[in-house]
Amino acid sequence: MNQLQNFTKGLIKENPVFILLLGLCPALGVTTSAFNGFGMGIATTFVLLMSNLIISLLKNFIPSSVRIPSFIVVIASFVTAVDLIMAAYAPDLHSQLGLFIPLIVVNCVVLARAEAFASKKEVFSSIIDGLGIGVGFTFALTLLGAVREILGSGSLLGIQFLPQGTDGIIVFILAPGAFIGLGYLIVLMNLFKKN
Amino acid sequence: MEYIIIIIAAVFINNIVLAQFLGICPFVGVSKQISTSIGMGGAVLFVMTLATMVTYLLMHYVLMPLELTFLRTIVFILVIASLVQIVEIILKKVSPPLYQALGIYLPLITTNCAVLGVAILTIQNNYNFLEGIVFAIANAIGFTLALLLLAGIREHLDLVGTPKRMQGAPIALIVAGILSLAFMGFVGIV
Amino acid sequence: MKNKKPNTLFNMVSTLLIISSIAGMGLSGLYNITKEPIAKVQQKKIQMLLENVLPPFDRVEKKAFIPYDNLTDSILAFFAYDSQNNLLGIAAITYSLNGFSGLVKIMVGFLPDLTIRKTEVLKHSETPGLGDKMETGKSDFPVQFIDKHPETFQLRVKKDGGDVDAITAATITSRAFCDAIDRAYKTLIQHYSPK
Repeated sequence: MNQLQNFTKGLIKENPVFILLLGLCPALGVTTSAFNGFGMGIATTFVLLMSNLIISLLKNFIPSSVRIPSFIVVIASFVTAVDLIMAAYAPDLHSQLGLFIPLIVVNCVVLARAEAFASKKEVFSSIIDGLGIGVGFTFALTLLGAVREILGSGSLLGIQFLPQGTDGIIVFILAPGAFIGLGYLIVLMNLFKKN
Repeated sequence: MEYIIIIIAAVFINNIVLAQFLGICPFVGVSKQISTSIGMGGAVLFVMTLATMVTYLLMHYVLMPLELTFLRTIVFILVIASLVQIVEIILKKVSPPLYQALGIYLPLITTNCAVLGVAILTIQNNYNFLEGIVFAIANAIGFTLALLLLAGIREHLDLVGTPKRMQGAPIALIVAGILSLAFMGFVGIV
Repeated sequence: MKNKKPNTLFNMVSTLLIISSIAGMGLSGLYNITKEPIAKVQQKKIQMLLENVLPPFDRVEKKAFIPYDNLTDSILAFFAYDSQNNLLGIAAITYSLNGFSGLVKIMVGFLPDLTIRKTEVLKHSETPGLGDKMETGKSDFPVQFIDKHPETFQLRVKKDGGDVDAITAATITSRAFCDAIDRAYKTLIQHYSPK
């Protein structure tokens, strides 16, 4: 496939959250607002990009029997790097995302891409693939975050549009809302896909 | 008394799947049948408890004294990956049918956010070694409970029929949402 | 083009060692770079909290005290003075290990006579929607402590014979909150006589 298709497949057709059903833990856990979803998406995209790049570069140097542990070390290193950088330069987002930042290392998306793609294809394709999937992931998380924020807090990106003092449908910023919100979004995406 | 609170909290009130969103991937994937859910739950129990014990010891006796706590993520995930390998080897020998049934979900325990999450939470909540073990076991039970509940419901749903677009993940998630809502009722127990 | 490295033991071990060493070194470097910004972020956070719980001050003196009941972690006390070295108040970072999910860390601002001026929750893992109501603005729970003195206002929940109205359905969290303030008070009077 050409590089444009390589990139756009991550957006809708092979969207990691809605179609491939990967990376659901952070999708449910941090999407209490559009901004948090977006921030998590960016952090994950960074890890995805860097690990795809390094693993693709190193694919001929890693004996296949130790490839999973090697991938894990590479991915975990970039996750730690993101953790440190965010703690230093984006502390508010860092405390909002909390536990889910180190959990990027077990985000099925990253390891799956490394195993299925980066370890087999050349560097440039791997980078484009990482970018595409990352953007798709960020899109999914931001969308879910926006839905939950609008319905649950009556705001978008921090800007209130409900009158002061009225609550939104609070269940959407709590746990059940995450599940239900994501469930219905997947149904919507399925509709999209068929067309 | 303390331990009872840790257990009740982990299983019902802060259920690792329904309240903390950890362990969702296997949750959606394995919960189609009650039998595989039990197997998965058992494997997770074993890995989660061992992982919490080992990571606790490494954290307190190696990483903290040497001021290498920033290596926590790497060390923890390598410990978990190794433990899963060991469980795979043992299971292949001891119970091949279960090994077959779990299929790809067994190595996926490595990427089960719940295992890594519980290991990190044990450190964050400042539990001591014994409390950590209780916490891990309780969370594994909570995970299995959520899995079983969802599997039971999905087995019924298969018989009843779901709209085509909602089959699979969407209906599982929506049911999980309702379960999560139900579990919120436990919150006032203590 | 499969020119992968053969799976010899030497190759496996050396690959893992090399990758781990590079990762370790890279991360140590990053850790050292981000150490200072992270510390600065922490300091700024504490400064903001101090300004919140204490009356306006010119300088603070930080002291660490071993809790009166000999728990491991110290209580940090910030003695706030004006430009003429009059003591304006004392802020204490205190904690309780008896929260529903473990550690509850709060900052209490005292006046020089140890009347409670204000509380601020620093860290906790209590249940959202219940235990987290001890945070300022989420309920009236913390308001009842303002202007009370621990000598006359018994720092236990009413269920335990004290004067504190617990958060509904969050008795354990409420108890932990009281325990933390009580610890701060009892530790402070070991080292400081209220004026």
